[in-house]
Order: sequence, then C-alpha cells, then structure tokens
Amino acid sequence: MGHLLQRNWRTLVLFIPFFWLLLFFLAPFFIVLKISLAESVIASPPFTPMIEWVDEGIMNIRVVIDNFAYLWEDDLYAKTYLNSLKISSISTILCLLIGYPMAYAIVRSSHTTKHILLMLVILPFWTSFLLRVYAWMGLLADQGTINNLLIAIGIIDEPIRMLYTPFAVYIGIVYTYVPFMILPLYANMEKLDWILLEAAADLGAKPMTTFFTVTLPMTLPGIVAGSLLVFIPATGEFVIPDLLGGGNVLMIGRILYNEFNANIDWPVASAVAIALLLLLVLPMMLYQHIQAKQTEAE
Amino acid sequence: MSQLVDYNDRPWLDPDAEPFIKVQSVSKHFGDFTAVDSVDLEIYKGELFCLLGGSGCGKTTLLRMLAGFETPSSGSILIDGVNMNDVPPYERPVNMMFQSYALFPHMNVETNVAYGLKRDGVAKSEIDQRVEEMLAMVELTQFRKRKPHQLSGGQKQRVALARALIKQPKMLLLDEPLAALDKRLRVQTQYELMNIQDKLGVTFVVVTHDQEEAMTLSTRIAVMDVGRFQQIGTPTEIYEFPSSRLVANFIGNANMFEGRVTENGTDHVIVACKDPTCDFYIDHGLSITEGSKVWIALRPEKIKISKQAPGEPGTNNIKGMVSDIGYLGGTSTYRVLIGEDRIVEITSPNLNRPVDGNPPIDWDEEVHLSWEPSSAVVLTK
Amino acid sequence: MNNGKQSRFLFTMTCFGLAFLYVPMILLVFYSFNKSRIVPVWGGFSTKWYGVLFESKEVGEAIVLSLKVATVNATFAMILGTLAGLALVRFGRFKGRTLFTGMISAPLVMPEVITGLSLLLLFITLNEFIGWPSSRGFTTITIAHITFSMAYVAVIIQSRLTGMAQDLEEAAQDLGAKPFRVLVDITLPLLAPGMLAGWLLAFTLSLDDLIIASFVSGPGAVTLPMLIYSRIRLGLRPDINALATIIILVVAIGVLVAAWIMFRQQKQRELELKMSEET
Repeated sequence: MGHLLQRNWRTLVLFIPFFWLLLFFLAPFFIVLKISLAESVIASPPFTPMIEWVDEGIMNIRVVIDNFAYLWEDDLYAKTYLNSLKISSISTILCLLIGYPMAYAIVRSSHTTKHILLMLVILPFWTSFLLRVYAWMGLLADQGTINNLLIAIGIIDEPIRMLYTPFAVYIGIVYTYVPFMILPLYANMEKLDWILLEAAADLGAKPMTTFFTVTLPMTLPGIVAGSLLVFIPATGEFVIPDLLGGGNVLMIGRILYNEFNANIDWPVASAVAIALLLLLVLPMMLYQHIQAKQTEAE
Repeated sequence: MSQLVDYNDRPWLDPDAEPFIKVQSVSKHFGDFTAVDSVDLEIYKGELFCLLGGSGCGKTTLLRMLAGFETPSSGSILIDGVNMNDVPPYERPVNMMFQSYALFPHMNVETNVAYGLKRDGVAKSEIDQRVEEMLAMVELTQFRKRKPHQLSGGQKQRVALARALIKQPKMLLLDEPLAALDKRLRVQTQYELMNIQDKLGVTFVVVTHDQEEAMTLSTRIAVMDVGRFQQIGTPTEIYEFPSSRLVANFIGNANMFEGRVTENGTDHVIVACKDPTCDFYIDHGLSITEGSKVWIALRPEKIKISKQAPGEPGTNNIKGMVSDIGYLGGTSTYRVLIGEDRIVEITSPNLNRPVDGNPPIDWDEEVHLSWEPSSAVVLTK
Repeated sequence: MNNGKQSRFLFTMTCFGLAFLYVPMILLVFYSFNKSRIVPVWGGFSTKWYGVLFESKEVGEAIVLSLKVATVNATFAMILGTLAGLALVRFGRFKGRTLFTGMISAPLVMPEVITGLSLLLLFITLNEFIGWPSSRGFTTITIAHITFSMAYVAVIIQSRLTGMAQDLEEAAQDLGAKPFRVLVDITLPLLAPGMLAGWLLAFTLSLDDLIIASFVSGPGAVTLPMLIYSRIRLGLRPDINALATIIILVVAIGVLVAAWIMFRQQKQRELELKMSEET
C-alpha cells in the first residue's frame, strides 16, 4: 500500500509541469506547423483549415506547401536568414571577446570582490531590457551623446550615422547579451582546478602557451554554453533590429513580426517561424546535449 | 551438548542458535554489472559484524540492501525472521549511520536526534526524555542547540549515532564510520563504538575498507571481493588461518611461497619450494593430495631473524642478506634478499638496543630466517 | 612578471566591460533631468518630465498590469519549475524523460518571436474549439509567461538539487519518514533559497517581456514594456528617461538590500563557525 501511494504521488508531481508544457509549449508548435501548411484567406482566422468535413463525412485534408516554396523563391527571405545568422555569429564572437576576460577576472579575484563584480554584471540584467536598448538610441542618434561629444571636442564636423545602421544593431546585441556570455563562462571557470595552470608553468610553459594548451581547452564547455546562449536567441531578435536598426537591418524576427501584424499573412509568418526553428534546431539540440552531459557529470 | 559449552560470545558456533539476520542468495545487478553475487550470510544478535573490502567490492551495496535503499535483484533478506524484500527503509527496524553523517543542516542537534521519534508518533514528553538520555550518553548535552555546521567532525558523528540509536533499532548499519576522522579521534571513537554496542546490545553491521578498524571492532569479519565473500570468520581466524591468498594479502602482510606437496602424512605435511629453495614442514595433516601445487603464507612476525645459523638447516629456515631496514621504534621491518631477487619481509620487536650506534642487525649482513612448524599456512587457492 | 601584465590586461578589460555596461544607463538617468525636449541635447536641469510621467494614466495602468502578471507568473512558475526540477533530478528514468527534458530546457534558448507566435496561434485555435480564451489579456499573458519562466526556475532548482547530497533524504527515510514527509521536512526547506531565487527571476523576466506579451495580448491589455515600446519606436522621449531612472533606482535599491541581507547572513555564519571552533 505504501509503495502504491508513493508511486502515485510521484506521478502527480511529474504530471503537472509535464501536462502544462505539452499543452502550452509543444502543442503550439504543431499548430504553427499546421498553419504554415495552409493558405491565406480573408477570414477569421485568416487561414484555411487543414481538415474539412465534406458531404458524406469524407475528410478532406488540405496541405499547402506554397508558403515554404514562397520563402524559398523570394530572395528577401534567404537574404534575411543569412543576415540574421551573420549578425548573431559576429555578435557572439564579440560577446566572447569581451565576456571571457571579464569572467576570468571575476573568477581570479578575491572572495568579496568576486561577489561585488558578479552583482555588477547581473544588475543591468534586472533592469528593463527595453530601456537599456533605448539608452543606446540616445547615444547613437545623430543628435545623440556620442556625436555631440565628438563634435564638441572637434574630431568631426558632421554627425556620424550610427543609429539605424547594422553597427547599432551589433552594439545593441552585444550590450544586451554579454551577461549571458559571462555567467556560463563564470560557472564553468569557477569549477576548474587552477592548480593545473601552475603545473603547466612549473613544466616550463610560457603564459601564452599555457593559455592555449591548458586554459582554453578547460574552459571550452563554458565557451560553448555561453555562445549558444547568445547565438540562438540573438538570431531571432526583434526589438534590437527594430529600434536600433530601423528598417535598414534585415533580421528574421522583424520579418516574422511584420508578416504577422502588417501583412496578416499568418501562413507565411508560420512558415517563417518553422524555417527559423529548423535553422536553429541543431544549435538547440547541441545546447540540450551539453546541459544533459553536465547534469550527468554532477 | 550445547548446554555444556558456553556459546555466549560466539553464537555462530552454537548449532541451536537462530541467526538474527539472514541473507539468502542475494544478488544485485546494475545493468550488466554485478555488484553483489549470490551471497549468503548469517549474523547473530549482539554481534559487531564487519564487511571488509576494497572499493567496488560490493560491501556498500549489500549494506544499502540491508537498509532498504536497494532492492536485491534476487534472493531475500530476513531480519528477525521477517522477510524484508518489499519493506521500504522507513518501515524497517533498522537504522543507518551514513558516512557523511547526513545531519539535517536546517535543524539543530536536538531536533536532529528527535526526528526519528517524531516520525514514529511518540509523545512529546517521552521524546524529550529520551533525547535527554541519548545526548547524555554521547556527551553532547551542552551542544543541543547547535546546528551541524557549528560542530566538529567527532561531534557530528556522535549526533549521527545518537539519532540512529534513539529509535532502539534491531540493527544499526554503519557506513565507514571512522573514515572521516583523524587518527587520534579514530582510535578513541573505535572504543566508544564498542562500548556503546556492548552497553545497548544492538547488533552492529559495519562497512569498512580499513582492516585495522575491522580487526579492532569486530566479533566477526566478512572479507568481500568482487561481490562475493572470500572468507567469514573472527579476526583471529581471518588473520591466522586465511582461506586464500587474496584474504592473506588483504589482511596484514604475508610472504607468499609457491611449492608442491611432497609428503602428506597424518600429522605432518612437507611442501617443497623452488624459489627460494626451501622445504616447509607443517606440523599438522591436511586433506590435500601429494604432488598438488600450493602456496605457503608466512606472516612477517612469525619469522625469526638471527645472525646465528639455526640447529637444523634445510627445513623451516633459509639464509639471506638484509637489503632494507624500516625502523619503527618499537619494531623493525627487515627486507631480506634470498638468492637473486626474492625478498622476504620480517617484522621483529626491537628487544635490544643498538651497541655503539650499531643496530643488532645491520644492512647487508648475512642473516638466517627460521620459523616454527606451526607458523606456515598452506593455501590451495 | 608576466602575471603582472596579465593582471593589468584583465583589470583594464573588466573596467572597460563594466563601463560599457553602465555608462548608457547612467546617461539615461542624467538626461531625465534635461529641461530640453530633445533628449541628448542638454538644456538645463529640470524635473518636469517626472511630472509628465506621473500625470499619464496609461503608465499607471500598464505598471499595475505588469506587476499583476509578474506576481502571478512568478508564483506559478516557481511551483511548476520546482516540481519539474524535482522530477528531473530525483525520479531517475521514467517514460518520456527525454521529451520532458527537451521541453523544459527549450524555452531558455527559443527566440521569443517563435514562442509568442506559437502561443497566440494556440489561443486562437483553443478559442475556436472550446470557446476559451475569448479575449486575450491578463490571463493569456500570464499563461505565456509561466510557460517560459518555469524553465528558468527548473534550471535553478535542478542545480541546487544536484548539489544537495541524496543521503539527507535517505537518512530521513531511514529514520521513518515516508517519501512525502521527506519532501516536506527535508527537500523543500533546503530548496527554499533556490525557490526564492526562482521566484525573483521569473518576476523580473515577466516584467521585462515585450515580444511574447505583444503577441498574446489583446485590446486594452497593455503591459509596461508594450507601452514603453510604442512610445520609443517613434524616437527619444524624456519622460521615458524619467521612467527609466525610476526603474533603475528601484532595482538598484532592491539589489543593494539583497546584498546587505546576504552580507549579514554571511557574517552571522562566520560568527557561528568561530563559536564552534572555540569549544
């Protein structure tokens, strides 16, 4: 009797979040998939139903792959996808270049300093993301702070175009996502055995060599985790290209949003979403795999 | 017959005694890996029983099966006659002392110790009284309000012990109880454990990898290797009469010689060794066939080392040269080179002081090693 | 010698990094006191934009809605995330484990546009079939937020659980506690700090979310980020600077209070440790 109760209780614990996720996370994807295979109509909802019951109970399934063909044919989409990947990759590398030394510095600092630094890195995260992007609008605008400063000092006469360019989008993404790079790196570095560096030095390795042969490989899991945590969401970013890039920077998040809201073409928007998902499915699975390995190792 | 002989201290010899714990053909598999391989064991009430072995031998798995945290893949475990196979740990009359002590960090000493009684639904006044008594027994009364992180290692262990014993379990399981303590504390705690066990009469089952610990604490030891029992017996039996080379090498040190039985009489056995060239005369008969291959185990303390040649050369003695001396103050360990490359180890009390700075037996000196006819143990596996 | 160079490099990088993170926020605050309507051009000190901000009814309603959503979301996400974390760490192998693991960690990396779109389409489809939700707003936003927040909470709980040795729970069982009791007596109390952290994280994520709320919201339900966004996409506005300053101030105070509490706890622990060593 005791065992039976125990087993049922466990099922309940598991069932609640499981069911929730099935309904509100997994099911939606199938709906998106279904809609991406439909045709756009002027109706509410604005797409054709997949299963239609015709006379005499015959089921008529309409699946239309036109939307995906459309994505494929229209240059705009391919360009946008590639551009998104390009921007997110470069941003990831920039985040790494800034974030790695910072994470390293934090790990190597004294106990109190470590906590202060960590807090300083996390604090911006708690303030509004939107407002932090807005802050950069103020900095990068033609009449913005940076231009004002440069003109005041006399380095330039005319304001430099920064806002509504790809440059602004890069800054925005790096600015927002650097903490997402620092934290996994820090978590990884924290667990490492720094004695190994001293051992390498003892065996005659110069600092540069030690870095490339010992430190870098040891921190690789953190690098990969941080990079994925930046790359995957950045690819689908919407707000930053919208606010800082204006209409000039093509990123897939914006295109999706436009198709949905402006064009009311839900099937195409869905197809865009599915395509984006497929694009990211490999990095996402890689991330899952790393997380699973980490939990096992512990 | 059994009334005439007093089996009080050695219930396992009493043919009428009912074992308190019976492990019957118990196995445990984890996938392809067999942790415990069809073992049988009988433990009697009041014993301090040790499961001794290296890491991976299965002793901890067996302990966890006794506690109820693992279910046997096959076989059954009976405690006081009751089959435990479907009984979860919270319903067993068994308590465990964990290697890490597992004290609840968010509760103080008092609450930790009282936890088991609360789960049993004991009345509050009785709980208070029993906690009081138990804390007094382990000498922790003045620490009752402290939290685990405010206690030293030895104190934590006593809390763990008190917490387990307060429920008056039929059996107490201890998982490497002395492993986390420093040497000084370890010896002291050994005796404390034995005292408590004696006073309360609880059956203890201890898991350890430390042979000294096992030898000191136990009434009986089970030497375990790769999921099986190699030998079960009292410390003396295990040490003086090991049943295999594995056991002989596991407990203490043993010099091992390979040889052949050349003579098997009713009251003696002669084994001839090639390396080193020597004959062993053993003063009792064995059920062994002539010509069979055997091993001789000779403990270092059983060998006499002397610069004088023995009376009868050839049997139970050998000549060699001292290659190493380990001076330990009270005893010395000599490593003596026999022939080209054979080393024999001898331990000897330092009965005589050095003369003019020279020890009685020095490096590179020729010495004679000899032993009694009863000293050597013949092993067939 | 080389260590010195390395230290200086690290120090410089950290300073640069922190400056990079904080200068824009400091400027935000600075310009909220700018008399001129053109934000980055300083026209003298003034606090009038704070007045403009407080006059706006929309802002008040948006703040209230966001706080309501955030609170409900944080509470449910904390519960669901804890259950999920418990299941993943303590339940060993069970049917559907891989699927469950995938579902609970995917929201962490999923682009928000996809989550938002898919949830909106779900709500519309549900409405078609069962008539609910007929209008989108507080409920749909909260459901959406819970869905991704619980993933974050689950990560925190998992991390804390794996750090918690299993023998505490076994010891409780050994002493007679049935599994449910173990949960209540041992696991949850020790998990409490993690659960709190999870709650705070879910709360913040919800307050900050724009995309998902935009997708799944309906007429009349405007969250604070939605409001801010609609105003700033047209350009810079000093009353938004004022709002930003207030938010930054609230967060900074919150973080400092939390840090102070943790500092006090740490000092208390050290004192207790010293006490035990003396005996």
